[in-house]
Amino acid sequence: MVDHAMIAHGAEWTIKHGFVYPNEFIYWGMTIVMYPYMTGLVAGAFVLSSLYHVFGQKDLKDIAKFALVFSLALLPVAMMPLMLHLQQPLRGIEVMFTPHFTSAIAAFGMVFTTYSIIVLSEIWFVYREYFVEQTVALKGSNKTGDQVKRVIYNILTLGAYDIGEKAIAKDHKAVAVLAAIGIPVACFLHGYAGFIFGSVKANALWMSPLMPVIFIMSAVVSGIALCMLTYIIIMEWKKFRAVLKKGLGDESVTVIAGVEMDVMKKTSKYLLGFLVAAIILELLDIIFRGYTQMKSWDILREVMFQEDFTKIFILQYGLGNLVPFILLMLPKLTIRRLFVSLCLILFGVFMMRWNVVVGGQAFSLSFSGFMHYDLPMIPHNLETYREGLFGALTVAATPFVIFWLISKIVPSMKAV
Amino acid sequence: MKNHVLRPLWVAIAFIALVLVARYFLVPRDFGVQGDSFTFNYHRASNVQEWKDFPVSYRGSDVCVECHEEKGEQLASSPHGIIQCENCHGPGKDHPETEDPAKITIDRNRALCIRCHAELHYTDANRANIPGINPNEHNVESECVECHDSHTADFS
Amino acid sequence: MSCSRRTLLKNSVKGAIAASLPLSAFRFLSPAELKAAIGDDKVRWGFLVDTTKCVGCGFCVKGCKKENEIPYDAAVTRTWVERYVITKDGKTHADSPMGARDGFTKTQFRHEEEIDPIDISKAFFVPKLCNQCETPACVQVCPVGATYQTKDGVVLIDRKWCIGCGYCVMACPYGVRFFHPKYKVADKCNFCYHRISKGMKTACVEACPFEARQIGNLKNPDDPVTQIIMNERVAVLKDEYGTKPQVFYIGLDHTVK
Repeated sequence: MVDHAMIAHGAEWTIKHGFVYPNEFIYWGMTIVMYPYMTGLVAGAFVLSSLYHVFGQKDLKDIAKFALVFSLALLPVAMMPLMLHLQQPLRGIEVMFTPHFTSAIAAFGMVFTTYSIIVLSEIWFVYREYFVEQTVALKGSNKTGDQVKRVIYNILTLGAYDIGEKAIAKDHKAVAVLAAIGIPVACFLHGYAGFIFGSVKANALWMSPLMPVIFIMSAVVSGIALCMLTYIIIMEWKKFRAVLKKGLGDESVTVIAGVEMDVMKKTSKYLLGFLVAAIILELLDIIFRGYTQMKSWDILREVMFQEDFTKIFILQYGLGNLVPFILLMLPKLTIRRLFVSLCLILFGVFMMRWNVVVGGQAFSLSFSGFMHYDLPMIPHNLETYREGLFGALTVAATPFVIFWLISKIVPSMKAV
Repeated sequence: MKNHVLRPLWVAIAFIALVLVARYFLVPRDFGVQGDSFTFNYHRASNVQEWKDFPVSYRGSDVCVECHEEKGEQLASSPHGIIQCENCHGPGKDHPETEDPAKITIDRNRALCIRCHAELHYTDANRANIPGINPNEHNVESECVECHDSHTADFS
Repeated sequence: MSCSRRTLLKNSVKGAIAASLPLSAFRFLSPAELKAAIGDDKVRWGFLVDTTKCVGCGFCVKGCKKENEIPYDAAVTRTWVERYVITKDGKTHADSPMGARDGFTKTQFRHEEEIDPIDISKAFFVPKLCNQCETPACVQVCPVGATYQTKDGVVLIDRKWCIGCGYCVMACPYGVRFFHPKYKVADKCNFCYHRISKGMKTACVEACPFEARQIGNLKNPDDPVTQIIMNERVAVLKDEYGTKPQVFYIGLDHTVK
């Protein structure tokens, strides 16, 4: 009878071929793929919002508010995969207490806290006027729900009730400052995630100075794509409700559709720019490796062009990059085509994380063996839940739940 | 008119203060740089002694022969004299002082012997100096010790 | 007017972050405390492996597991032995079944075709263990200070502080680290620190019948291990990573992975 507690961590989902050192397993699995994916979405959503606040890209005004709040919804979710991964999750707080700054992961505590402070502060400045207005509007109401809400809004004002012109102007200036500071911090938040991998000299696939930059570029791509996608879904839902209420030919339906298309067309230009940047860097990395042919080249080549060929070239570069690129470049962009592109892009960025994290463990340190990651699908214990498909699904669903909750206090979609 | 712009900053500072207070209570006093290098010597100092206090299991043959003199002499004058008693009999730990273990194990399984004596045909390795058999063919139904004495490395 | 307010805001944020840096991170103990905590700094532990003597019996692996309470049936081990058979066609066959916990008793490698002894040009065994590097990459990447280097060169892991992130496991070029199945923290060979600190040998050194493994003090010129390392031809594993490993090998072949 096998004592499950005595199974080496990673042994349950690692299949070894060839000569692999005894202690080698897939230690960094699904949770570590999800972590940079979620922080990437956080950083990307914030950058999108900042493009409006800092660079005055007026066309992005509507989506900027939404992106900011969604960035907040994503923030606690970025922590989730790490808590699922740690063998001692309750000790996770030690990263804040005794950070060993020579480690890229120690940066996590500081950067994450700083970034959270910036996002929360920026949202406060954006919504302060709304909070104050709500405390006034809910004053007379007798309903318990409204009374609770009034208390919450009162607390959220932090006692700053002045909504005169000068005070609001100060708010707007503060938002611009925070959005500006926030961009490098968001880049740092995700750049350091790339540094976590790029600085591991022991891993032949990860070791690269390009890694932090590649991660940032693809993070922004995924953040923008997710914001656009969620925006489309919500706008389509509004359109649907308007159709139900007022009929297909009604003016309000056309207005919604028009606004939606306009915002999307403008945002997709930025998306395309970052997508191209991300692709160029990744190709550069592969070209350099193939040209210099270091000791690890033989095994890396076998992993890239044989073991993981489908995952890398068909799924990530093909479906995840090339197809959406073509779809976005073709004239007469429609919401439907955009929707497909965005889904493929999000899938492509996910595959990039997978191919880096899991791909880096696909070959042994011996350079003479392979490890296959057998993703636990149906969990049969805590380990296979945490590091398996269902753990990832839980993480993926959570930002939407949080966004729904936040939206009750902080509405971010324009009422049409 | 007080400047409301700094309010979020005060909230942030309050939060950081909270973290520092928690840190004061939860991080051991002796945590710090125990040497020249922050990179390599940053740890809780008392952990070093904790590792030094880890219980020893293998006592070494010198301890075994204090009581098991005859066996020890037999072994020492045989080619198996290079093998520690505990290699085959398991760690002595507190034997015989306590019940841990009360009796030393005697492993009669051939798996123990073929570690060295399974012939692998590697002529240039040190293994070639050990007499070997094919474990799949040589008396497969018996244990080695039925014919061979492990302490004299001879036929019993 | 607005300029200074913006600057104030920026600087306040910076200040708040700086103040949160744990200042005690840089606290140094007094010299007496240091010596008591760490021990003699006239010692730097080093290891010598003679691959010409190893027969692949695996007693070292068995001894290590039992001495250090690594679950016997778990597929992880603090030390292991690799077998290499180089055939005349130039192919290198390597394996380490359960880390050689039960020795090498079969001529077959995994599920590959049997090798005809006539086709063998050379064969040997290579014991491996933690190299207790001088500039260990694993220590550098620990986010919380749970793993560290002692004054006498051994890299230890604080079981009560390790958060189990696995960064150190990924950072080690030699694959010596793993997660302890019971304690759920990182683990690796520590040169039997509890034994060498008492003047005993490590479990693997004591167990080896053929003296393929030896431990010594690299700071003592009269130490037999040090003398071999200084006066004879020795090699280390993977020195290209700059970790400065302190386990030295006699008879290390170029085919060793």
